[in-house]
Amino acid sequence: MGFPDRIERTLDVAHPPRVVWAAITTAEGLAAWFGQEAEIDLRPGGVARLAWDGGHVAELRVERVEEPSVFGFTWRVDAMPEDDPRRTYVEFTLEPTATGTRLRVVETGFAQLPDEGYRKGFESHTEGWGRELGELVAYLDAA
Amino acid sequence: MPPEQGPDPGPDPESVAEQVFIALADPTRRSILAALAAGGPATATDLADRLPITRQAIAKHLTLLADVGLVTAEPGERRRVRFRLRSAPMQVAQQFMAALARDWDGPLDALTGYLDRAAQRGERR
Repeated sequence: MGFPDRIERTLDVAHPPRVVWAAITTAEGLAAWFGQEAEIDLRPGGVARLAWDGGHVAELRVERVEEPSVFGFTWRVDAMPEDDPRRTYVEFTLEPTATGTRLRVVETGFAQLPDEGYRKGFESHTEGWGRELGELVAYLDAA
Repeated sequence: MPPEQGPDPGPDPESVAEQVFIALADPTRRSILAALAAGGPATATDLADRLPITRQAIAKHLTLLADVGLVTAEPGERRRVRFRLRSAPMQVAQQFMAALARDWDGPLDALTGYLDRAAQRGERR
C-alpha cells in the first residue's frame, strides 16, 4: 500500500522567479490559482487564509520567507478533526533556470505518529533519559 | 537508547491503516461502526435489535473489529459485554487518506495557467 509521508512535485515554468514568487506569496497571486479568495501576512509566524467557493477554508501559518527562493508554511491535514494539532509543512523552492524557474513543492508530515504512538515514544524516551542520566550521576558520584 | 525491557515498536501505521480499510470494506461492519458512532457503546444484543443482522453475525464482526482495535469490549450491565468505538486506528487511516486527498496537481496546473495568462497580458501592454 505504501504510507506516504511526502508529496513532491517539480515543474519548470517559463517565467522568472520574481514573477513566480509574486504568484505564490501575494494575496492577488494566491487568489488567482490556489483559492478563490486569499489574504496573507507574509512574514514567519504570519497567517494566510485561503477560501474556496464551496465554503472550504484553509488557514496557513507562514514559516519561511526567503525572497525569491523559499516560501514555507504549515497547515492542517484536511481529514483530521478540527482540534487535531498535527500540521503538514509545505515548502516551495524556486530556482532560476535558463528558461525561467524550476518550482519545487514538497509537503511533508502525513505519516506523523498517531497520538498513542507518540505518547508511548515520548514516555519511553523520558523514562530512558531519566534512567541513563541517573546512571551517569551514579557513575560520577562513584568516581 | 535501549529501552528497559525489550523494544515495543507497536503496530506500524501502514498495517493499522490496512486493517481499518479491510474492516470498512464490509457493509455490515460499517453499519455496526456507524451504530456505535451514532448511539454510543452497545451490546451485541442492542445492535441486533437496531440492525437487520443476526446477533451471531454481529458477534462475529465485533470480534474482528476488536482484533483491529476499532472497538473495545467493556463490562456492561447484567454482566453483558458492551462494545465501544475506538477511533485511534481510524485516525491513522485518515492520515493515509489525507495524503491522497491533498491534490496538488490541480492547483499547480492552475498556477501554470495563471502565470501564462499574466505573461500574455504583460506582452500586450
